[in-house]
Amino acid sequence: MRAAVTILAVAALASVPLWLRDPYLLNALITTGIFVIGAMSLNLLLGFTGQLSLGHIAFFGIGAYVSALTSLGFDIGLPGGFRLVHTPWPPILGFVLAILIAGLCGYFVGLLSFRVRGAYFVIVTISFAEVVRLVALNWVELTQGPLALTNIPFIALPLPGLGELTLRTKMQNYYLVLVVALIAYLLIARLVHSHFGRSMRGLMENETLAVSVGIDVTRTLTIAAVISAAIAGAAGSLYAHYIRIIDPEVFAFINTVTMVIMVISGGKGSLAGPVVGGLIFGLLPVALRPVMAPEAQWIAYGGVLIAILFVLPRGIVPSLAQRLTRRRSGTTALAPVTLTETGAKEPA
Amino acid sequence: MSEFLQHLINMLVLGGTYALLGIGLTLIFGIMNVVNFTHGVLYTFGAYIMFIVVQQLGLNFFLALPVAVLAGWLLGAAIELTLLRPLRGSDIDTTMLVMIGAWIAMQSGTLWIWGGVAKSVATPFPEAPLVLGPVSVSWLRLFVLAAAAMLILVTYLLINKTSLGRAMRATFQDHDTASLMGVNVDMIYTSTFAIGSSLAAAAGALLGPVYVIFPQMGDLAAVKAFAIVILGGLGNITGAVIGGFILALAEELGAGYVSSGYRDAMGFVIIIAVLIFRPTGLFARAERVG
Repeated sequence: MRAAVTILAVAALASVPLWLRDPYLLNALITTGIFVIGAMSLNLLLGFTGQLSLGHIAFFGIGAYVSALTSLGFDIGLPGGFRLVHTPWPPILGFVLAILIAGLCGYFVGLLSFRVRGAYFVIVTISFAEVVRLVALNWVELTQGPLALTNIPFIALPLPGLGELTLRTKMQNYYLVLVVALIAYLLIARLVHSHFGRSMRGLMENETLAVSVGIDVTRTLTIAAVISAAIAGAAGSLYAHYIRIIDPEVFAFINTVTMVIMVISGGKGSLAGPVVGGLIFGLLPVALRPVMAPEAQWIAYGGVLIAILFVLPRGIVPSLAQRLTRRRSGTTALAPVTLTETGAKEPA
Repeated sequence: MSEFLQHLINMLVLGGTYALLGIGLTLIFGIMNVVNFTHGVLYTFGAYIMFIVVQQLGLNFFLALPVAVLAGWLLGAAIELTLLRPLRGSDIDTTMLVMIGAWIAMQSGTLWIWGGVAKSVATPFPEAPLVLGPVSVSWLRLFVLAAAAMLILVTYLLINKTSLGRAMRATFQDHDTASLMGVNVDMIYTSTFAIGSSLAAAAGALLGPVYVIFPQMGDLAAVKAFAIVILGGLGNITGAVIGGFILALAEELGAGYVSSGYRDAMGFVIIIAVLIFRPTGLFARAERVG
C-alpha cells in the first residue's frame, strides 16, 4: 500500500515535464525540488534526532560555493605569500566535492554544537550559518563577495562511450533534481529503518534512557549531522549549477526558515512530510503571486506557519495518516453491522 | 592610543543600548523559556515609532522615547496574549517556531507599511561633537548613553525592589512553587514579555537616530541580543549588562583592528566560543545545565 503510493507519486512527478509546458512553473518546481532535498536532509536531524538546527542553510550554501568554485576555478593569495591556483574542473566533480566538503563541515559543526542542547544548540547553529555568510561576503578574492559568482557552468553527465550530456534545458534539470531527490529519499528511508535509525529515535525520545542502554549519543548525532549536511550540500550544488549565479544571500536565515517550515508543516519525523510540506510551501508563492504583493505574501507566509503550529502541530502527513487509520478501524468496526443488514434484505 | 580611547567611548555608547536589548531578552528567555525571535522586530518597531513621532507627526524628540517604550510594551503584551498564552506548556521548539512566524509576518508588515528605503530622524542636538582632548563624541550619542543608563537603572529597581519584580524572580526560580505561593504566573509572563519588548523598542528608538531606520535593522540586533544573553548567563540581568558592554568592546576592537566587514561577526564568534568553552555563561553560578 505504502510502496504503491510512493511509486504512483514518483510516476506522477516524473510525468510533469511531459504535460507542463509553462517554463515559469517548471522553474518553480525545480527550485522547489532543490529545497525539498534540503528539507529532507533537515528532517533527518529535526524529525529523527529531535535537534532543531537553524543553521542548515550553511551546508546548502557551502555545497553551492564549493561546487561553483570547483567548476569555475580560483586564484587566491594565502598568508605567507603563497598563491593557491585552481583550474576549472568538470561540474560533476564539483557536485561530488560539494557533498564531501559539506559532510566534513557537518562533522566539525556537529562535534562542537552537540555539546549543548535545546535553545543553545539552535543559537550555535544560527551563529555558524551567519559566520559562514559573513566570510562569503568578505572573502572577496575567493567568493567575489556581494558581486556574486556568475556564469557557473551547467552540470554535464559523462556518458560512457557517448561523450557528455550537458543538462541545459529545464526538463533535463527537472529530471536531475528528481533523481537526486529520489536517491536522498531512499537513503534517508533506509537509514531511518536501520539499527542506526532506531538509535536516533531512541535518543530523541529519551536521551538519558538511550545512554543507559548503550547508545553513543554524540556519535549517533554526529553521523546524522554528517549525512544531513552532505545531502544539503548536494542540494546546494544542484542549486548553483541550475541558477548559475550565487551570492552570500544564499546563506540568508530566511532560507533555513523556509526549510524548517517545509519540514514542520509536512510533518517532522515522517519521510513524506518534507516532500508534501515542501511542495506546498515551494509552490504557495507561485499561487499567491497574481493576487498579493510580495510583502503581503511574506506576511501570509508567517501567518501560515503560525496557523500550522496551532492547528496541525504534528504536521500534515502524520495528521492525515492518523485520520486515515482511525477511519479504517472505524469501518472495520461498522462493517459487520452493514453485512448483516444486507444479508437480511437479500432473501426477500 | 587616542584611537583606542575613541573605541572605548564608542563602546560605552553601543554597550548601553546592547545592554537594554540583552536585559529584555534575558528576562523573556529566563522566565518564560521562550526563544524570542520577535525581539529584533520590536527593536525595529521602536525605531519606527521614533520616526513617526519626530518626522511624521513633528512632535518633540524627547517625547518619542517614552512613546516608543509604551508602544513596545503594548505590542509585547499583545504578542504574549495572542501567540504565547495559548501555547503554554508546549515544547520550546514550537514556541520558537511560532515566534519565527510572527517575526516574518511583522517584519514584512514593516516593509509593507514604510517601504524598504532607509529613513533617518532629525535630532535637536548640535552637529559639532563634544571634543574631550584626543577623543570626540556627538551629543546625540551622549544622550543615548544617558538614556540607556537610566532605563537600565529603572529596570534594575523594578526587578529588585518592587513586588512585581519579586514575583518575576520567584517565577524564574520555580514557576510551580511561585504559583502555589499565590503568584499569578500568567500575569507575570505577560508582564515579562511586555517589559522585555518595551526595552527592545527603547533600544531601537535610541539607536535608530544614530544610524538609519530600515525594516531589517532588527535581525542583527536580535542575534546580538542572543549573544549577550548567552554571554551573561540565562536570566542574569547584571550579566546581560556586562555582556552588552563586552560585545560592544569586541565589535569596536574587531572593526578597528581586524576588518570592519567582520564587525558583526563578533557576536556570533562570542556565542560559539562561550557555548563551547563555558556553556553556563561567564557569570553564572554553575547550576544551569546547557
